[in-house]
Amino acid sequence: MKLIFEKSQPGRRAGSFARHDLPVPEVPATLRRRQPPRLPEVAEPELVRHFTELASRTFGIDTGFYPLGSCTMKHNPRVNERVANLPGFRDLHPLQEEDGAQGALELEWRLQEILTEICGLHACSLQPAAGSQGELTGLMLMRAYFADRGEERDTVVTADTAHGTNPASVTMAGYKLQKVGTDARGNLDIDDLRAKVDERTAGLMLTNPSTLGLFDEGIEEVAGIFHEAGALLYYDGANLNAVCGISRPGDMGFDIVHINLHKTFSQPHGGGGPGGGPIVVRDTLEPFLPVPAVVRDGERFRLDYDRPKSIGKVRAFTGPFGVFVRSYAFIRAYGPALKAMSEVAVLNANYLLARLKDAYELPFDRLCMHEFVLSARRLKREHGVTALDVAKRLMDYGFHPPTIYFPLIVPEALMIEPTETESKETLDAFVDALLAIAREADESPELLKDAPRKRPVRRLDEVKAVKRAVVRYRFEEHPDLSQEPSEARMLEVQKGA
Amino acid sequence: MSTETYPDDLRYNPEHDWARIEGGEAALGITWFAQDQLGELVHYEPPEEGASVKTGESYGEVESVKAVSDLIAPLSGEVIAVNQKVVDEPETVNDDPYGEGWLIRIRLTDPSEADSLLDVAAYRNVLAE
Repeated sequence: MKLIFEKSQPGRRAGSFARHDLPVPEVPATLRRRQPPRLPEVAEPELVRHFTELASRTFGIDTGFYPLGSCTMKHNPRVNERVANLPGFRDLHPLQEEDGAQGALELEWRLQEILTEICGLHACSLQPAAGSQGELTGLMLMRAYFADRGEERDTVVTADTAHGTNPASVTMAGYKLQKVGTDARGNLDIDDLRAKVDERTAGLMLTNPSTLGLFDEGIEEVAGIFHEAGALLYYDGANLNAVCGISRPGDMGFDIVHINLHKTFSQPHGGGGPGGGPIVVRDTLEPFLPVPAVVRDGERFRLDYDRPKSIGKVRAFTGPFGVFVRSYAFIRAYGPALKAMSEVAVLNANYLLARLKDAYELPFDRLCMHEFVLSARRLKREHGVTALDVAKRLMDYGFHPPTIYFPLIVPEALMIEPTETESKETLDAFVDALLAIAREADESPELLKDAPRKRPVRRLDEVKAVKRAVVRYRFEEHPDLSQEPSEARMLEVQKGA
Repeated sequence: MSTETYPDDLRYNPEHDWARIEGGEAALGITWFAQDQLGELVHYEPPEEGASVKTGESYGEVESVKAVSDLIAPLSGEVIAVNQKVVDEPETVNDDPYGEGWLIRIRLTDPSEADSLLDVAAYRNVLAE
């Protein structure tokens, strides 16, 4: 397939911008570019075909099963898009005065209330735009909380199974990192933990269920250890899809929670956004939440900036509004049956686990939550094929591979999360493929080593992609394309359009 | 890529780091097992010369397409050299983990710490677990 720059012909155009009736502000000469940017010049049919072909080569939840562990790639109900496209939501300006935006503010307030109830806590800010930003915001709340109390604490504890964002957020927030191990059942190692928590500890960051897909059986004891030391507990909500309506982070003892709206409450994601990472906190932390807060006064909704202890803003306006509309629609469609969402997600994962654990190794042999981690260690030992080879071969069977080589404590890890939106037939087809691949590893391992064979591109050189990434079109290597832009476009620039 | 070996003259820690002790100094690196688990390295984040490293604590990072991994110092000391060849070509570690692929040299603050490190037989037991 040719790149769009290779299809470019000087002077070709695809449509034009609508005329506006506003005065054009003068751009100072020093800031004006002398040449137009080198954009591809193609006619509309070429443009449409180019991107349609790219789309046809793209794998997503709409084209097939996507069991990427920890990412919760569930079906995105189309009604959410319809609701988000209602003109009253879609065309609203973020600076619209409150009287003209009561519906939008009410939706935000209601979503805050729902998330607060799901977490079993007291207050919510929708502002952070992703899980990672929720983490950083949560740690900034921790810092503000201890500063307000005049306590000096400099360490945050994470599990050795933690998402990579956890230690990164700890470092970004200016805390020292303390890692705690995992015991033989896949829980936090309590003895290791006791030795590492003291008066310097600000808090714990934990995912529960963990990235192993296991609910920590000692969570109450863990919470006790931190609270006795005067420290706080942060809940990484990446795996909230396992427990909605069943158990609440607040009841487990967590004080701060982030929720990945785009995972748990459906949202097309995986391509970089938009996401939503609201945080929900215990009442003791509410004064420090970002401003503005969306509040209700009787029948009216408004933005409250009067929070003297607030950490300030972490995102423009009140956060990624379209994401709120979709997640609100998703949650309201379930209503009181939201618990069933998590139950089916857990059931689906356990069904896959039961059918796969003999062909692949299961390092922690317990019932799982909404995801689980297998190891391809035996295949590597006996046949020299790795988790990567298994993942690439799955692509030939038409499935998106699971997450591999994570969490780090499981060698040759395959981390599988089916979500609640898949049928038994799809789950069975996926299991059949993985079982066939295990047989192939024995009989003809070259099928795995050479995979994928049936995709638009074969095995990519991942090392080269990291070391010598090509992130822009190389005009210097294509002299025929690096000529001056066409006269029509030069003219446009000179007009100061 | 190299073949699996664990030299007799090195000391090891359970985090798969090795030390070659020479008088009051030591060269540090990661074992064949560690580089095999990580796969081809694409980045090495070394400490600065003159920095102090402490037993059991991280002194830098190595990164592959699979993962970022902390380098855990098997011994305490002051960094007297960083292997620039590995900074420029991290895959040197995969090719020759005990030779060209050394990571730093340190001047030991407490040479007796070496007594608590693993010899090759004990390290092989760690790998067998």
